[in-house]
Amino acid sequence: MPSLWIRQARVIDPATRRDAVGSLFVRDGRIVSSLTPAERKRAKVIEANGQVACPGLVDIHVHFREPGQTHKETIGTGSRAAAAGGFTTVVCMPNTSPPADNAGTIQFIKDAIDRDAVIKVLPTGGITVGLKGQSLAPFGSLKRAGVVALTDDGDCVQSNELMRRALEYARMFDLPIMDHCQDQSMTRGAVMNEGVMSLRLGLQGWPNAAEDLIVSRNVILSAATGGHIHLQHISSANSVEIVRQAKARGLRITAEGTPHHFALTEEALATYDTHFKMNPPLRTEADRRAIIAGLRDGTLDCIATDHAPHTDYEKDREFDFAPNGITGLETALAISLQVLRRKNRFSLARVVDLLTRRPARVLNLSAGTLAPGAAADICLFDPDEKWLYDAKAGFSKSANSPWHGQTLTGRVKTTIVDGRVVFARGRILA
Amino acid sequence: MPWHRRHLLTIEELSLAEIDQIHATAAAFKKILQRSVKKVPALRGKTIVNLFLEPSTRTRLAFEMAAKRLSADVISFDAASSSTTKGESLRDTAQNIQALNADMIVLRHGAAGSPLYLSRILDIPVINAGDGAHEHPTQGLLDTFTMKEHLGSLRGRKVVILGDVLFSRVARSNIHALTKMGAAVTLVGPSTLVPHAFTDLGVKVSHDLKRALEGAEVVMLLRIQHERQGTSHFPSLGEYTSMFGLNKARAAWLDPKAIIMHPGPINRGVEIDSELADGARSVILEQVSNGIAIRMAVLYLCADGRPEAVIAAD
Repeated sequence: MPSLWIRQARVIDPATRRDAVGSLFVRDGRIVSSLTPAERKRAKVIEANGQVACPGLVDIHVHFREPGQTHKETIGTGSRAAAAGGFTTVVCMPNTSPPADNAGTIQFIKDAIDRDAVIKVLPTGGITVGLKGQSLAPFGSLKRAGVVALTDDGDCVQSNELMRRALEYARMFDLPIMDHCQDQSMTRGAVMNEGVMSLRLGLQGWPNAAEDLIVSRNVILSAATGGHIHLQHISSANSVEIVRQAKARGLRITAEGTPHHFALTEEALATYDTHFKMNPPLRTEADRRAIIAGLRDGTLDCIATDHAPHTDYEKDREFDFAPNGITGLETALAISLQVLRRKNRFSLARVVDLLTRRPARVLNLSAGTLAPGAAADICLFDPDEKWLYDAKAGFSKSANSPWHGQTLTGRVKTTIVDGRVVFARGRILA
Repeated sequence: MPWHRRHLLTIEELSLAEIDQIHATAAAFKKILQRSVKKVPALRGKTIVNLFLEPSTRTRLAFEMAAKRLSADVISFDAASSSTTKGESLRDTAQNIQALNADMIVLRHGAAGSPLYLSRILDIPVINAGDGAHEHPTQGLLDTFTMKEHLGSLRGRKVVILGDVLFSRVARSNIHALTKMGAAVTLVGPSTLVPHAFTDLGVKVSHDLKRALEGAEVVMLLRIQHERQGTSHFPSLGEYTSMFGLNKARAAWLDPKAIIMHPGPINRGVEIDSELADGARSVILEQVSNGIAIRMAVLYLCADGRPEAVIAAD
């Protein structure tokens, strides 16, 4: 493998507090502080021309649908979409078919990763058997099989007793619990945020109280057990405040915000477009602002996409019947730059931090840094380039994006995994 | 004023002028319906398909009757007899209907927004005959038409809508029509079924039946759905009737000339006492009759009909 010499880059690495124009060197798949003159002669040179070079992006919430729903996405296609979006490490959710609640299924997923993935894909296991919320999944064998966290994502654990025991039991393995916070008794049949908009549209509402209750429950159980709970895709202003207070108490609570929840509101549903249907739902402008404030002050630890591919024929239905979720990997950086940097004056380094070091830290992953010795996972992007996003021409197998057909600002140019260029000039090279 | 709309999807999107135009056209058709020969050749050679994917008696019959009075060929089919039971999507079902050369689709569907969805797929007009808890525009049009026949202009008139507003498409369409027409609308019923957020639509919300009914010139009752009983929305039909059922004593709170309306089907003894439903102030069956004229107007206008031709002819 040739060494790499990335020249004239604006190197941003929040983990080492680096933000300066200069060179970035890679030898044997790892970041090094410099190359010898002889090595430089042989190195493959990448002229960055002032583009940003940052750690490869990290997404701790994606759905790659394998096994069982490979008509929507596979580990191969999902990882290509990730690479095109600048991501080099992603964590995939266990709500596959069958669910990833046992070591055998995890091994199946790992085999597919070894065979098909062009970036680093890390599996999670279920908290409960079948993600049914009835009995604990075998955390010990899941850990041995290689999961990095436990979650019933999509199906929030409803039983407080079971969640308590899951937290206690997971501590023994040092595995974080990730929870999709939703009191299901309050959201039966719900397809959008509850409020004036749902009244107008005649759609069944999902009140933010259903999220706030479980967020509160989880804070209480984390305090009681000492277990680490990561709260997935926080969508409500109240929940942001509950997390803020929990963090002030020093509890082991982490939380994520998605690009769609900080970029969009329920107003987008006026025409019943199913590309704005997700769970938790898009909420109000006040909620959107609270999520941005949470990302600004660190209440929300990181950005995660909840990349949730569905085929066109599944999404192209009556609003009530369409599945929840949108793709996000290929647009996350641009949307984050547009909303957080341009509209809300986050520094470039701050946006990078929310997509690299911070998500890695939530799950204790070794990714997300350009420190010498770290794996050479690198994303090169032009923060100001405008480009037309065509979801149908993207790398995901599905095209269910609310940003399809829009001109976005901020474009990934090159993605490098372990010192190998996997995405450049709009193409996957792996 | 020419009619520009191809579809009738909601009342929310209609202007007051458009509502007036539909009403005027319906008034002309109503006169025709009172003749001995009740049929006009306006839509001869056109085929209208009633796609009713949710149960309905009144609305379906009224649409069929309206189409026949306009000399259109009409075919109705429901969920049980359609391929949707075989898993065919709404898009595919509707595209097949269009491919069979239908000129118009009348859609009743349990999912809110589905008429809008179809209107974006098809080249032919789509008429909303009720979509989930969203809208039932022809019902709102016939209700306000009936009110106008009794009260004249609705500007400043006090109209009360009583019952399960939360799940009611009839209520939403009436709210939009009535507020555009300048009526003072009060919604009343249990706080779980009449949430305060409705005030955002320009209406009052009340849970005090007496104060709501006092001086009202119209009270429109909504069907209390049996299936809501025993869920978290209200304790029992008995409790509902004792709190909000309309009986003779409570009807005395209304303006002496007030009319009593109900979109049907009625639960006698639940939301309304039988004698009131059949009494002199009840216009419930007039609503049904007017439903034909309104639907004739809507079908005619959306099929490229010229309103002035009908209004002038009468």
